[in-house]
Amino acid sequence: MVLSRIAKVSLATVTILGLGVTTLSADTLSEVQKQGFVKCGVDGGLPGFSEVGSDGIYRGIDVDVCRAVAAATLGDAKKVKYIALNAKERLTALQSGEIDMLSRNTTWTETRDTSLGLNFAGVNYYDGQGFMVTKKLGVKSAKELDGASICLQTGTTTELNVADYFRTNKMKYKLVSYDTNDQVVKAYESGRCDVLTSDQSQLYGLRIKLAKPDESIVLPEVISKEPLGPVVRKGDGRWFDIVRWSFYAMLTAEESGVTSANVDAMLKSDNPDVKRLLGAEGQMGENLGLKKDFAYQIIKQVGNYGESFERTVGQGSPLKIQRGYNALWTNGGLQYAPPFR
Amino acid sequence: MVALLRNQKIRGIIFQLLTVIGLVAFLWYIGANTVANIEQRGIQTGFGFLEGTAGFGIDQSPIPYTEENTHGRVFIVGLLNTMIIAAVGIVFSTIVGLLIGILRLSNNWLIAKLAKAYIDFFRNIPLLLQILFWYNVVLRAMPNPKQSYNFFDTIFINNRGLYFPQPEYNTTFLAILLSFAVAIASASLFNRWANRRKEATGKDFFVLPWGIALFLLLPALAYWIGGAQLHFSFPELRGFNFKGGKVLSPEFLALAFALTIYTATFIAEAVRSGIEAVSHGQKEAAASMGFSPYQSLKLVILPQAIRIAIPPIINQYLNLTKNSSLATAVGYPEIVTVFAGTSLNQVGQAIEIIAMTMLVYLIISLLVSALLNWFNHKMKIKER
Repeated sequence: MVLSRIAKVSLATVTILGLGVTTLSADTLSEVQKQGFVKCGVDGGLPGFSEVGSDGIYRGIDVDVCRAVAAATLGDAKKVKYIALNAKERLTALQSGEIDMLSRNTTWTETRDTSLGLNFAGVNYYDGQGFMVTKKLGVKSAKELDGASICLQTGTTTELNVADYFRTNKMKYKLVSYDTNDQVVKAYESGRCDVLTSDQSQLYGLRIKLAKPDESIVLPEVISKEPLGPVVRKGDGRWFDIVRWSFYAMLTAEESGVTSANVDAMLKSDNPDVKRLLGAEGQMGENLGLKKDFAYQIIKQVGNYGESFERTVGQGSPLKIQRGYNALWTNGGLQYAPPFR
Repeated sequence: MVALLRNQKIRGIIFQLLTVIGLVAFLWYIGANTVANIEQRGIQTGFGFLEGTAGFGIDQSPIPYTEENTHGRVFIVGLLNTMIIAAVGIVFSTIVGLLIGILRLSNNWLIAKLAKAYIDFFRNIPLLLQILFWYNVVLRAMPNPKQSYNFFDTIFINNRGLYFPQPEYNTTFLAILLSFAVAIASASLFNRWANRRKEATGKDFFVLPWGIALFLLLPALAYWIGGAQLHFSFPELRGFNFKGGKVLSPEFLALAFALTIYTATFIAEAVRSGIEAVSHGQKEAAASMGFSPYQSLKLVILPQAIRIAIPPIINQYLNLTKNSSLATAVGYPEIVTVFAGTSLNQVGQAIEIIAMTMLVYLIISLLVSALLNWFNHKMKIKER
């Protein structure tokens, strides 16, 4: 026992010398309020989810979760420090405390939720994995991809799903993996591989980046469940609750018909649901260790979930993705928030 | 007690001891801190993950590997791929470096300047950029599999790699492999005999044609003895890609090329400085004894120059090995890419995985330097 502890400590020591020391704080909220901004890990190069515009501002549905948390904790959605991470770095960055939260189209899986010391705070986008190919290949279904070279981003659930799918269908494939989506797109364009695979939503986003988007098609098969959501470190229950309920506030607002445009008028609403949401009634903010009006600030500055969706990936964006699974449960989708009471 | 402290020797020992204790305590504190943090977060620890199924594919592997293998196997595959790229890089950069280093000192103005231009150009561009450059150039310039450059239907070059026929492993193939080993061994013995004969009698014996004959006749003999059953698997376009044969991927080629070109510049400089460090009088002495320029280079200058050049060249071999981790930029599956990259991401145990990876480089580096130190020792001028 003592020996194994000695081994562990010396192992950790050896590694730390190479990696540098990061001290972890168990109280992320105080830390965030002290530093005055939320350190949020994002992709940074994925249209619709998180991308830096030509004006240097981050936009996307993942970015909106960071902004919502900043609005809730600091009262200002702009107080976010974005840290662009590739798929390989993201979980380690969160574990080590380099970021306060991760909102980077990250799939919620059992392993990640249990053994990595992380917790998923919700699902802000229900996705599934698909394939994109060039039209010239004449492929109509993923079942025809036997022997193909496949480009993908490493460090993702994507590469596990591909392995499973081809194994199940008794097909062979050649894997070509890269660190970032930009490299994946470049390799696909240069013909290094026949197929680009990723989550469906990303395929549409990456297709826009191609020189000739019309020459590629997305195959109809969806081979996996990919619930994407924000992630926090395990062991800080309050921060977990804040991230989770900041997102649920956006969902609840859409459900109750509160938007960034009418939120001020809604303050005078008689509807008890709305009153609780906006802090006119109840202890919702205090329960989280936040101000009474935290949800008001989120809706005012970021908007409700529907607004955020349409602006970033939906009809108001070049991606034009349908709500599909991401519609509210009342409209036949999967997005559902527990009650605000 | 005070008297003890006044003793310079004892005082020195005490302070050294205090420094060591302080250092150990500091490292212990950091280590304990990390372990405490990890336990608090509920992150898994230990090496149990090595037994777990990897679940992802690897494109190039010198040993059989499928998605169903373990992370431990991934580690081995990554390690082997690292060693392959390092070995290829070391061999080729030595050949190129030696050549360029000698050309750099050529009396021919153009050749010397070209060699210098090569060194100055490639030495001063960051290696990562060179890797990305070659990779993208190779990828963009090559046609797709259907329009491959075709050399006699045996070798194909396209943007998926360089395809060439692969012999099947059977007794004939093994016999031929063995015959090459025998040819190398006997050629070197033969050479040694010729040298000794020359030292004894002064008579020249032209070894080269006999050596070539050895390398041609022995394998032919082996082919016949081994059953004359040599079969090749030829690459053939089927479906999306070539099947059969052996393939060198663009990632491997770009990485090997960039590492070679880059490291060769440093080796060339080491060779040049070694040659220039040999006293000019040695060359004049060789000339006055009637040695041809080639003889003087081979028999007088190089043996002395190599001795001086070896330590810096060792450093370059070590650098090359460590630089091979830049493969992660182009996705060649060596240890940093697959083990410290993909496996780390799937299991999330950064400390164990990074420690193992660091240990690998440490051990490889120590082994290489031990080997070359031994060689260095052997090459030392023997004082008589």
